[in-house]
Amino acid sequence: MSAKREMIDVYISGELFQVPEGSTIISSMEYAGFQLKRGVGCREGYCGACATVYREKGDYKLKGGLACQTVVTDGMAVAMIPFVPAEKPTYDLNELEADVSTFTKLFPTVFRCVSCNTCTKACPQEIQVMDYIQAIIRGDIERAANLSFDCIRCGLCALRCPSEIVQYNNAILARRLYAKYLAKKSPELDTRLKELDECKYDKEIEEVKNMPKDKLSEKYYSREIKIS
Amino acid sequence: MKLPYYPGCTLKANAKHFEDSAQKALEKLDYQLEEMKDWVCCGTVFSMTSDDLMLQLSSIRNLLRAEKQDLKELVTLCSMCYNTLKQSKDFVEGDLDNLEKVNNFMYMEEAEYKGQVEIYHLLTLLRDRIKFETVKAEVTNPLKGLKVGAYYGCLLVRPQKFAIDDFEAPTIMEDLVESLGAEAIDFQFKLECCGAYQTITKKNISVKRAYEILDSAQRVGCDAIITSCPLCAYNLDFLQKEIEKEYVDFQTIPIFYFTELMAVALGVGWNGEWTKKHDVDPEPILIEKNLI
Repeated sequence: MSAKREMIDVYISGELFQVPEGSTIISSMEYAGFQLKRGVGCREGYCGACATVYREKGDYKLKGGLACQTVVTDGMAVAMIPFVPAEKPTYDLNELEADVSTFTKLFPTVFRCVSCNTCTKACPQEIQVMDYIQAIIRGDIERAANLSFDCIRCGLCALRCPSEIVQYNNAILARRLYAKYLAKKSPELDTRLKELDECKYDKEIEEVKNMPKDKLSEKYYSREIKIS
Repeated sequence: MKLPYYPGCTLKANAKHFEDSAQKALEKLDYQLEEMKDWVCCGTVFSMTSDDLMLQLSSIRNLLRAEKQDLKELVTLCSMCYNTLKQSKDFVEGDLDNLEKVNNFMYMEEAEYKGQVEIYHLLTLLRDRIKFETVKAEVTNPLKGLKVGAYYGCLLVRPQKFAIDDFEAPTIMEDLVESLGAEAIDFQFKLECCGAYQTITKKNISVKRAYEILDSAQRVGCDAIITSCPLCAYNLDFLQKEIEKEYVDFQTIPIFYFTELMAVALGVGWNGEWTKKHDVDPEPILIEKNLI
């Protein structure tokens, strides 16, 4: 039998519950009997579906985080955000230019940024959100793409922004523009796609698929990665 | 010699030729602009709202980050960036309550702003540190016969406290122009507002302003106008096609950043990429005067 876990107080949307210490916000809500249909996804911190706001006992700050990653503390007040209905313009990437003019047309609000950094404070991925917005404003799409690379589109930046900017939708546009128009083209990719079309490694794949687990594991850990 | 440099957004987009020409010209004088890291927008226009500190954050964040990077000063080329950074610096340094409130907002920055970063416009460095005599001595392609009107607009000389020269009768740009071998022509409207951001919503105001400014320069014989403000440059240059529709007697006149003329005079030459950033073709007058 495992040791008995301490129970702690958590306020879920204002109502007091006792939940086991060490629970995440999602597991504490489910322990309390809530059935979560929206605002929950991979439970591994990757999908960005479970943005949440919380405040810890004795702290004045409203914090944001992912409900699947944030561990509850005694006296914490939490609330789930089911969905962020933020502005999302439709565009055809083939018709866009990889410069600041594209953002002027699709996201004019980006120029309202006052560099307050509230978005950066809100980001559970510790992304320099304000700095990538500033990079967009001056047309440095490569910097914006690189800085925003770990964005999981949870929406907390947009929810906290006093200038009503939808940071994460700007970011994905920057990454799309970067990938399509600015990133260095890899000749290896074309070669590899051709190889796939020709089914070049199908025999090897079959071999790997039929390999016993210990053999596969041995092969995996003794592999060599060539970086040219 | 390296100069810690704050570019501002427009110098990375619509005014790339301003930055490029400045860098090339300064290299001829043995100076390099070294861009500070992680800069953000200058704040674009100093806020006159004394109690809305949010509007000061952008400027002060630049100063704070510069201070953290051990930079004692920042040089700007853009008049708008100069004016906004300079006024914001004064706003927090002149009132410690403001400084404290702004610093309270900076808790992810690892440091607070202490107020140790000085802001310079390149023109003042050219006058006071590099010296116009030095510039003159390095000129290999004097701008002989070119009659240049120096347009200041508002941001270099107003408010008085932050003016880079006499706020009512500045000559700093004329002095530079003379050191480049050109003839500086004083004109009546060199300190008038270009219409600024009215160009977005009430374009007719800016068109009228730009016409009055350009006309006053042309009446006294200017061949070209120089400025250091991307917004003035936009209004004076890109509105000329609108002016032509409204005022039948109007003849176009090229608008240069002062650094472009410096580059030509210091022997950098002209770059065709710069021409693409102009609306009124700047090359004919330079060709006519045998400068390129």
